[in-house]
Amino acid sequence: MMDHQEVQELLPAYADQELGIVETLEIERHLESCADCQREYAAQRIVSARFKKDASYFEAPAHLTQRIMDALPQDEPGTRFWQRSWSFNWRNAGAALAAMLALAWSVGLYLNLPSDQDKLTDEVVASHVRSLQVDHLSDVVSTDQHTVKPWFNGKLNFSPPVVDLAAQGFPLTGGRLDYLGGRPVAALVYRHAQHPINLYVWPTTERDVAPQLQNRQGYHLVRWTWDGMNYWAVSDLAARDLEQFGGMVRSMVRQ
Amino acid sequence: MPHLNSAFNLACWLTHNHQDAEDVVQEAYLRAFRFFDGFHGEDGRAWLLTIVRNTFYSWYQERQKLRQETAFDEQLHQAGAGDSVGQMPPDNNPEALLISKDSERQLQQALQALPLEFREVMVMRELEELSYKQIAGIVGIPIGTVMSRLGRGRKLLAAILAPDTAPQER
Ligand SMILES: [Zn+2]
Repeated sequence: MMDHQEVQELLPAYADQELGIVETLEIERHLESCADCQREYAAQRIVSARFKKDASYFEAPAHLTQRIMDALPQDEPGTRFWQRSWSFNWRNAGAALAAMLALAWSVGLYLNLPSDQDKLTDEVVASHVRSLQVDHLSDVVSTDQHTVKPWFNGKLNFSPPVVDLAAQGFPLTGGRLDYLGGRPVAALVYRHAQHPINLYVWPTTERDVAPQLQNRQGYHLVRWTWDGMNYWAVSDLAARDLEQFGGMVRSMVRQ
Repeated sequence: MPHLNSAFNLACWLTHNHQDAEDVVQEAYLRAFRFFDGFHGEDGRAWLLTIVRNTFYSWYQERQKLRQETAFDEQLHQAGAGDSVGQMPPDNNPEALLISKDSERQLQQALQALPLEFREVMVMRELEELSYKQIAGIVGIPIGTVMSRLGRGRKLLAAILAPDTAPQER
């Protein structure tokens, strides 16, 4: 049996009809005799209805489609797919492209099986996004590797290699303690031309693995394993730039 | 272009500015095309809105940084952006465009005052009618957090709209 507090917490989901049948019935029963919850439920419904009614829905202006079409580069990997498969000049076939893309998106042509590696990839991307949005990129803000490295002492049971790549155009801007796959990891924050890069480092017992490039949700990732450490770099940088970054980290770590 | 209205609507609500929203949406679609191989799911709209949101936060982060570095001139920026859009009022604020009724104006203003983390889930729920599960996937938070953000967001909104009669925030 749900108590008053539990019902209060579930009222938004109840108002949105997002609960299962059992919880819904329990809440209905509680509402019959609790004026407090009735008021709260009504308030949720009223604000929700008012939002739907009065908040503006901004429809895309007519020129935006053309603007996006014009901005699409011709030699990107994503467009190669279309050229290869249908071998037509897709720049002159914007409508057809959009229609096919809509179809592919709705049907989900690219079904891959999720794996542990996939889940970790999702976690790395989520962590990167989180670090961008809460203004919480760095716990220790410093461009000096000799400040960032000792900051991790006592916070982690390993010592992440911290390399300085400012001369190569990838200045270190700070470090952060983060969690991936349920374990604490070091997150080193670099920048390249205003684009933040998160480099996650944690120890592993697995053997060395050569760098692999992936993309997920609009971000590139490069990961590798070397000398008992896992490295994952993630950024919205172009693949080439991020691979270059990974290459420089590897060469510096080996010195 | 698939899901363009949803993408633009969300971007407008995040950026508060048509011109910036167009930039964010364009960048998001370029990313979507570039990263299309990485899409393996059935929910294209949720996938695209995830990219729009991620693109927005990258853009936001860069802009914050620019502001700090160069004492960003807001007025100059907005005047410049307004020039390229024929019908835009001087402050280039999308909210100002559509306000005809008092009730609408009140709500738009109240929403502006709402923190981003509440505003985005409310727009996804009330305007895009996404499920809690879809929103959880897009924002990268548990479903329970979606629920509590919606609940708290509505309370905050009620409090801003009618400070005397609104239920108290716990
Ligand atoms: Zn109650």
